[in-house]
Amino acid sequence: MRAAADAELRSEIEQLLYHEAWLLDRGRLDEWLGLYTDDATYWIPLQANQADPLTTSSIVYDDRRLLEVRVRQFQHPRAHARVPAPRTVHQIGNVRVLEADGPDARVGSTLVLVEYRRERQRVWGAVVEHRLRRTAQGLRIAAKRVDLVNSEAELDGVVCLL
Amino acid sequence: MNVQSIKGLVQADRVHRAVYTDPQLFELELDRIFGRAWLVLGHESQVAHPGDFFTTRMGREPIIVTRHTDGSVRVLVNRCAHRGARVCEAADGTTAEFVCAYHGWTYGTDGRLAGLPLPEGYARPAAQSIDGGLARVPRVDAYRGFLFASLAAHGPTLAEFLGPLRASFDDFVERAPEGEVEVAGGVFKHAYRGNWKLVLENHNDTVHPVFVHASSIWAARREPTAEGAYSEIGVRQMLQNGAPWEVWENTGLWVAGHGHSWMADYHDDSRLVAALAHPAFAEYRAALERRLGREGAARVLGELRWNSIVYPNCSFMSQFRQLRIVHPIAVDRTVVYAYSFRLKGAPERMFRDTVAFSNVVNGTASPVLTDDLEVYERTQEGLGARGSDWVFLGRGQGGDLPDRDGTLRGRTGTSEVHIRNQLAAWLEYMTAES
Repeated sequence: MRAAADAELRSEIEQLLYHEAWLLDRGRLDEWLGLYTDDATYWIPLQANQADPLTTSSIVYDDRRLLEVRVRQFQHPRAHARVPAPRTVHQIGNVRVLEADGPDARVGSTLVLVEYRRERQRVWGAVVEHRLRRTAQGLRIAAKRVDLVNSEAELDGVVCLL
Repeated sequence: MNVQSIKGLVQADRVHRAVYTDPQLFELELDRIFGRAWLVLGHESQVAHPGDFFTTRMGREPIIVTRHTDGSVRVLVNRCAHRGARVCEAADGTTAEFVCAYHGWTYGTDGRLAGLPLPEGYARPAAQSIDGGLARVPRVDAYRGFLFASLAAHGPTLAEFLGPLRASFDDFVERAPEGEVEVAGGVFKHAYRGNWKLVLENHNDTVHPVFVHASSIWAARREPTAEGAYSEIGVRQMLQNGAPWEVWENTGLWVAGHGHSWMADYHDDSRLVAALAHPAFAEYRAALERRLGREGAARVLGELRWNSIVYPNCSFMSQFRQLRIVHPIAVDRTVVYAYSFRLKGAPERMFRDTVAFSNVVNGTASPVLTDDLEVYERTQEGLGARGSDWVFLGRGQGGDLPDRDGTLRGRTGTSEVHIRNQLAAWLEYMTAES
C-alpha cells in the first residue's frame, strides 16, 4: 500500500514540475503563476549555499506580490529587455522527493535551461528545490529555490523565469 | 590618435560616436583615465582586520587590496614578480601570505617577497632584482572609510579630486547612528555589451526612467500599497520612476570638477526606505539623535541625495546605501559590481530594506535594471552605425548656473549637464601631457 501511494505521489509531483516547465516554455505566465500559493516565494540566491534571502541580496527574491508585478511587467509591450521575449526550453531532471510529510513535500530536481533571444543562446544550469503544498485546488508550489551554478558570476541581465 | 584629433571628438553640445566605439581610444582611456584618476576600490570594512584582503581591478590591472599586519591598507598588483601569474585567485578572504601557484614565490600582506625556492641560484638576492615584491599601486588614500587608489605617482590629492562631492560621502556615513557603515549583504556583478561611459551617463539622467522603465512603472501601479511588507520598498522604487515631469524638472542636479555629479532634493524618506510611520524608523531616528542631537539628526535626514557619480569608476546612493563600481572590460563590454552597506547602530529592519531595495535596483534579474542594460546594448549597437557620427547632448545647455563650491547646477533636473561635464573631464584626461 505504502509503495503504491509513494509512487502515486511521486508521479503527481513529477507531473506538476513538468507542467510548470511546459507553461514557462510556452510563455503562459499567468497560468504559471496560478501554480503558486498566495503566500509563495520564488528565490534565486546570489551566493552558493546562501542561508537567507532577507540579509543577503538575491538575483530574485519575490514574494507573491513581487512575482505578480514581475509577470505583469514581462507582458508589457515596452518591457524592452524582453522585446523580443526569450524562447526557452526547461529540462527537468533527477527529481527526488526529499521529504513528504502530511500535506507538504520538499522536492529536489535539476534544471538545464536553454534560452534564445536576439541572435544569442545561453545555457543555464541549476539545482532546484520546490516546497509543495496540498490545497483545495490541488498540489501547489509554496516556495521555489533555484541555485544557479553560476549565480556568483558576472552576469548579463537575466530576463527569463527559471 | 593624436591630441588634436581627440580634441575634435568632444564639442559643446555633441560628442563623436568614436568615443564609445573605437578600440584604440579605449586602450588610451585605460592609460590616461583609469591610469591617472583616483579610482574607488571599496570600503575599509572589506579589510577590517590584518590579513583580510579582496581582489578587484583598476582598469586592466588585477589588484589585491590587503590589510597588513601593521594595520595599514596596501594596494598591490596581483601579478607574481617572477613570471607574471596572478598570486591570488579568491574574491576575498584572510591570509598571512600570497603564494604563487607556479614556482612558490611567497609574498606578505604588504607585497614584500618573503620566500622563494632555491634562493642561492641567483647571483644577487632575487628581491633586489624585482624591486622587493609585488608591484605597489603608487597612491592609496581613503575618505570616510572609502578606499581609493591611483596608478599615477603624481596628480591631484584625493581631497582636491573629490572637491564638493565629499559631501555625498559624508551623507553616506553620517546617516549611521554609530557614524560608521560597513559592506554587507553580498555583491551583484552585472554585465552589459556596451561602453563603460553609458552606465555613468545614465545614473543622473532623469528623462530616461519614464521611458526605459515604462513596463515596471505600469506593473507596480497596479499594486495597492502594502505598508511594512518586504516587497513595499521595491514597489515604491518602481513607482518613483514614474514621477511626473514636474518632479524631475525640480530635482537638483550639480556637477563639479573631474567629471563628478550628484542628484539631490529628489526622494524623501516618506516615500522610500522604512516609511516614516514604521516603528523601525522611529527607533532609527532616536538612535541617530543620541549621537547628533535632535537638530543634527534632522539635518542629516533632511539631506536628500540620490545618485552621486565619482568619475570615472563609481556611482553611489548615500541615502539608500548602494555603491556601484564600474569596470571597463573592452570598448563594448562593461561589468558593474554593486555593494550594499549596513548603517552601524541602525535597526536590522533598515538593513533588510537595503537588501530588498538592492534586489530591485541592482539585481541581475531586476525588472528595472534589466531594461537599463538592454538600452545600453541597443545604444552601443546604434553607435556602431556610420550614418550619423554625433551624439547630441544639448539639453539644458546655456542655462546651467554656477553654484557654491565651484559647482554648476543644471538649469533643471533634466539637464544633460552631467554628461557634458563627464565628457569635459574625459577630454582633459585624454589630452593632458601627463
